[in-house]
Amino acid sequence: MSDRKTLQVQRISGHPGPVPGEGTQRQEKLCKLIDTTTCIGCKACEVACVEWNDMPFQPTMFDNTYQTMPDTSWNYWNLIKFNEVSSDDGSFQWLMRKHQCMHCADPGCLAACPADGAIVQYSNGIVDFEEASCIGCQFCVSGCPFNVPKFNPSTKKVYKCTLCSDRVGQGLEPACIKSCPTGCLHFGTKDDMLQLANKRVVQLQQHAGLKDAGVYDPQTIGGTSVVYILHDATNPEKYGGLPKNPRIPLSFTLWKSWFKPIGLIASMMAFAGVILHYVTEGPRRVQPQPPVREIDGGEARKEN
Amino acid sequence: MATPAKSIGRGPDHFINRIGLTVVYVGELLRHRAYTRFLHWAYGIFFFLALISGFGIYMPWIFRWFTPLFGGGAMTRMLHPWFGLGFVFFFGLQALNWLTLMAWGPGDTRWMKRLKDYVTHRDSIEPPDVGFFNAGQKAQFWEIVGGCIAYVTTGVIMWFPEIFGRWLVAVSYVIHDISALIMLAGIFIHIYLSTIGEPGTMQAMTRGTVSEAWAWTHHPAWYKDVTGRDPQQALEEARRKLNETAGVSGK
Ligand code: HEM
Ligand code: SF4
Ligand code: SF4
Repeated sequence: MSDRKTLQVQRISGHPGPVPGEGTQRQEKLCKLIDTTTCIGCKACEVACVEWNDMPFQPTMFDNTYQTMPDTSWNYWNLIKFNEVSSDDGSFQWLMRKHQCMHCADPGCLAACPADGAIVQYSNGIVDFEEASCIGCQFCVSGCPFNVPKFNPSTKKVYKCTLCSDRVGQGLEPACIKSCPTGCLHFGTKDDMLQLANKRVVQLQQHAGLKDAGVYDPQTIGGTSVVYILHDATNPEKYGGLPKNPRIPLSFTLWKSWFKPIGLIASMMAFAGVILHYVTEGPRRVQPQPPVREIDGGEARKEN
Repeated sequence: MATPAKSIGRGPDHFINRIGLTVVYVGELLRHRAYTRFLHWAYGIFFFLALISGFGIYMPWIFRWFTPLFGGGAMTRMLHPWFGLGFVFFFGLQALNWLTLMAWGPGDTRWMKRLKDYVTHRDSIEPPDVGFFNAGQKAQFWEIVGGCIAYVTTGVIMWFPEIFGRWLVAVSYVIHDISALIMLAGIFIHIYLSTIGEPGTMQAMTRGTVSEAWAWTHHPAWYKDVTGRDPQQALEEARRKLNETAGVSGK
C-alpha cells in the first residue's frame, strides 16, 4: 500500500493553483465487517479458509446444532458459532456468528508474548503470528480476550487466522470474504466499513424493529479490525464468547512493562548491596585475629 | 545436639550418612556430610539453569543472550520447567534433611531484632545462643520452601494453561516472577556470605568441615554442643596463644 503513495503526484509543471490530491492520505487500516443479521450459516467461509490455508478437511462433530465443531483449532481458524437463544418475552432466536481472530488494535496476544518477533501487527491492522519465532509458551492464549490462538502440541507453536495477510498483501480480499454468498461479509478500510455498518444499523433499527441493533467494535482494546453488526448489541455475550468489554489481564500490561524492570532493578540492589558491604564493612573474620591497632570511623565497636 | 547427624535424627551409621567421605583434621569440626553437600550442589546447578532459562523469557530485550545457551527460545521454554522441577526435587530432599535444624526458636527472633548489629559487625563473635544455623539462614531456607511451593503451583498452571484458563495463568505468571526476583536477590547475599563475606565458610560445602574458630565465631551454641567447651573461653584461650606468638603480652 505504502508503495503506491510514492506515485502520488506532488508537483505539476505549468499548473495553476494547488496540486490536486496533494497530501491526501490513504486510509491504511483495513477491516472485515460481519453482518450477523444476514449470515445464513452456510459455512462457505469455513471451507474457503481451510482451502486457502491448505489445512485438512475434518470430520464434523454433531452436537445437536449446525455447528461444525465445538471450537476453532490450530488448523481450523474460522468457525460459524450457532447459538439458540430464547428471550424472556418468549421469542426465540438463532444467532450465527463467524468466529475468528478479531485483529485487535490493542492485541492482548501481542502484549503477553515474551518472544521477540513471534507476533507482529502490520500498519494495516492485521495481527500475525510468526511461528518461526514462537517459543510455545501459550501466554498469547492467556492474553487474548476472544480465546483465539490455538496450540499445536506436536509442533509446540500457536496458530490463528491471519486475515489472509498473504492475499491482502497482494491486493486481494480474504478468502472468507470472497466465498460469502449472501454478502454478509464486507472488506475495506475501517472508515468505510464503520460507515456501512452504521447505515445498516439505522436500517435495522428503523425498518426491522431491532431497536437494540448495533456495531461491535470494542473500545476497551482500541477497537478491532473485525467488526460485527449485531441484532442486539447490548448483550454480545449471547453470540457465544463475545465479551462486552474485552480486557487484557493487567499482568501483561502493567506488570510486564513496568514492574518487571523495576523488580529486576530492585533484585540487583542486593548485588550492589553486598559489594557495598564488602568495601564499607569488610568481611566478617573468624576470631581471634591479631590484636587491633586502631579502628577508623564507624560506631565504636566491641572488637576484642 | 551432639553432632549435626544426630541432631537430624540419624546416627552416623545411617546409610545416608555413610555415603562418601569427610576427613576432619585436628582443629576442625564436621559440618556437612557428603549427602548434604551433594544435594546442595545438585539444586545449586538446577537453580542456575532455571534462573538463567527463566530470565531469558522474563525480559528478552535484556537477556536475549541467555536463550541460545539452551538451543533457542523454544528449547529454553521446553527445558525450563524441568530445570525448575530438578531444583524443587533436590531442594525438597534437603528440606527434609534439614527440617529439624531449621526450626525457629525465640533466639532466632532475638537475632532478627539485632540484624543491624550483625550487618555492621558490632560484635566480633555471634551471640552465645546462635546454633547450627542462624536466623538469617533459617529465614532464607523458609523463603525457598515457600518459593518452591509457589514455583510448582504457578509453574504447573503455566505449563498446562488449557486446563487452568487464562486468568489463572495471568496471575500465576506474576507470582512466579516475584518468587524468582526474591530468590535472585537472595542468591547474591547467599554467595557473598559463603565466600568473601565470611571467609572460611566455603569449605563447609566442599570438604564438609569448618575450623573450630569458625564455629565459635559464627555458631557458638553449635560449637558448645559438639565440643562441650565454652565458646567464649575457647576464644580467649586462642587469643592468648595468638598474642604470645605475636609477642604481645596479654590484654
Ligand atoms: C517446579 C518448578 C518450576 C516450574 C514447573 C516452572 C515452570 C515455569 C513455566 C511453565 C514458565 C513459563 C515460561 C514461559 O514464559 O513460557 C516459567 C517461567 C519462569 N520461571 Fe519457572 N518454573 C519452576 C521453577 C523456577 C525457578 C526455580 C526459577 C528461578 C530461580 C524460575 C524462574 C522463572 C522465570 C524468571 C520465568 C519467566 C516468567 C516470565 O515470563 O516472566 N522458575 N516457569
Ligand atoms: S483476537 Fe486474540 S489473537 Fe486476535 S489479535 Fe486480538 S488478542 Fe490477538
Ligand atoms: S506461544 Fe504465543 S505468546 Fe508464546 S511465544 Fe508463541 S506466539 Fe508468543
